[in-house]
Amino acid sequence: MSAVPAEPGIAYTREEIMVVAASRMLTNADVCLVGIGVPSVACNLAKLTHAPRIKLIYESGTIDTNPAVLPLSIGDSELCETSLTTVSLPEIFRYWLQGGRITVGFLGGAQIDRFANLNSSVIGDYSNPTVRLPGAGGAPEIATGCDRVFVVMDMSPRRFVGKLSFLTTLGHGEGGDHRQRLGVHTTGPVAVITDLCILEPEAGTKEMIVTTIHEGVTREEVEDACGWKLRFSEELGQTASPTAVELEALRSLQERTRRAHLGED
Amino acid sequence: MSSLLPSTRAVFDPTARPDDSLDGPAFLPLDEAIDWLVSDGMKVAMEGFTHLIPFAAGHEVIRQRRKHLTLIRMTPDLIYDQMIGMGCADKLVFSWGGNPGVGSLHRLRDAIEHGWPGPLEVEEHTHAAMANAYEAGAANLPFAVLHGYTGVDLPRVNPMIRSVECPYTGRRLATVPALRPDLAIIHAQKADRAGNVLVEGIVGVQKECAFAAKRALVTVEEVVDDLLPGSVNSVVLPSWTITAIACAPRGAFPSYAHGYYPRSNSFYLKWDAISRERDSFLAWMNENVLQSREMALS
Repeated sequence: MSAVPAEPGIAYTREEIMVVAASRMLTNADVCLVGIGVPSVACNLAKLTHAPRIKLIYESGTIDTNPAVLPLSIGDSELCETSLTTVSLPEIFRYWLQGGRITVGFLGGAQIDRFANLNSSVIGDYSNPTVRLPGAGGAPEIATGCDRVFVVMDMSPRRFVGKLSFLTTLGHGEGGDHRQRLGVHTTGPVAVITDLCILEPEAGTKEMIVTTIHEGVTREEVEDACGWKLRFSEELGQTASPTAVELEALRSLQERTRRAHLGED
Repeated sequence: MSSLLPSTRAVFDPTARPDDSLDGPAFLPLDEAIDWLVSDGMKVAMEGFTHLIPFAAGHEVIRQRRKHLTLIRMTPDLIYDQMIGMGCADKLVFSWGGNPGVGSLHRLRDAIEHGWPGPLEVEEHTHAAMANAYEAGAANLPFAVLHGYTGVDLPRVNPMIRSVECPYTGRRLATVPALRPDLAIIHAQKADRAGNVLVEGIVGVQKECAFAAKRALVTVEEVVDDLLPGSVNSVVLPSWTITAIACAPRGAFPSYAHGYYPRSNSFYLKWDAISRERDSFLAWMNENVLQSREMALS
C-alpha cells in the first residue's frame, strides 16, 4: 500500500482512507446494521469520532452495542456484553430490518456490477461452480430493508465486473427506476467506497460513477481496476484526506483489537 | 399426561411430537442420546448463531457414523464442515456457509465443487427466510411469508422459494416452506434437575428451532439445582418441550458459551489450514474426534 501524507507529517494507507471515508458517511441519526470487516471498523470509528450517538446493530441480535475492541465474528461475546439488549434472529430480521427500523446497511461481496448489484454466492455456474462462496446471509434483505446501503470493497477487475456470475443482492438492478418497479421503496446503494475512489449513483440512470478519487491515485489507475468502462462525474473531486484525529482514533482502535485478540485462548 | 398438551397441539398432528417428551426430558449420556435420537436419513437442525454451537453433539454423530442426513443450519460453521467432510450428509439447507471472519469452509466447498466425499445437494436461502421458516415451523404454519428475495437470483435456483399475493393489498410476498426438522440439537448454559433449560446471551434461533422440530436434544454446560434466570423474561425452554438432555461441559467449544468460556478465535483461524486438504482434514478428525472424546476440553 502506498502511503500519502494527510496533514504535514502524517502518512496514511489506502486501507485507512477507505475506512475513514466510509465512517464519514454515517451520522448521529443513523441506526446501522454492521457487517464484519471494514464495515465494522468504519462504524466503530464513526462512533468514536463524529457520530457518538449512532446506534450499531449486528445481525447476531445485539442492539445498540458499544464494543471496546472490534469483533472477529458477528456474534462475539463483546457485542452481547456491551449491548443495550440482545434479541433473537427472527426479531432482528422481522421487526428491525423488515420493520424499517434500520437506516443504514453496510455490505461487501466478491463481485459488484455497474449498478451495485452484488455476488457473494458462486463464481461460474450455480449448479457446477468454479468457486463456491459463502452465500447470501442477511445481504438480500439488508439491501432492500435498510433505507440506504453503503458498499465497501477493494477495487480490482476481478471484483468490479461487467456481468455477475450470480446476482445475490439487489443494488439498482438494471438501473433507473428498477427498484421501484420491483416494489422496493428504499433508497438502495448510495455509495461504493473503495481503496482507490468513491462511486455514487448517477441521477436518473443509477449507474455508479466515480465522484471522488483518493489523493495520490490516478484516473488511469481507477479505470484499470474496473472491469466495465467506468464513467467519472463531471464534478470529479478528490476524497478529503483523513484528519490526525481520525487516524489516531482508527489506529488506537486497531491496536486495542490486536492486543485483545492476542490475549485470547 | 396428555392433559399437559397445549390445546393448539391437540388439533395438530398428534404423531409430530412423540409422547416420550411429555414427562420431561430423559437425562442421558451424550453417546446414548445420539444413538437413540439420530437415525440415518433424518432431517437434523443444529443451531447456534456463532454462540452455543453444539460441537460435542456433532462430533458424537460423526463417531456413530450417521449417514444420509439432511443437515439444516443458517450458518454451517465448522461443525457442518466437519460433518460434511466425514460423509454424514446428503443434503444441506443453509443461508451462509463460511468460516466467520476467516474465509471459506473448505470441506463444504470440496463437497459442492468436487463431490467429495460424496455429492451434496444444497437448498440455499437467506438468513431472513430461514429465521422466518423456523418461526413458521414453531407456530405450526405450513410456510413463512416475508418481504424478501426481491430482484435476485436465488429463487431461480431454489424452487422452494415461491410467492403469494397478499389477500388484503394484492402485494406479492415471498414464501418459503416452514422448517420442521425431525430433530433439533442445541447447546445451552444449564438445565435444572427437572429438565428446564436456560439459554442466555446471543440466543439466535434456538428456541424457534426446538419448537419447530419433532424432537429436541439439548446439550448443557451443567445441570444445577436452580436455574437462577436473570429475569422472568429469560429464555427458558420448559422441561416438557425437550426430549432429552445430555450434559456436555465445553460442548460448544471452539465456539463459546456466554458466562462459561470464550470463543477460540485462534481455532477458527487454525481450521483454515487443517481443513484445506483432504488428508490433513482426515488426520485431524481421526485424532481429535474418532479416536478421542476430549476435543471439547481442549
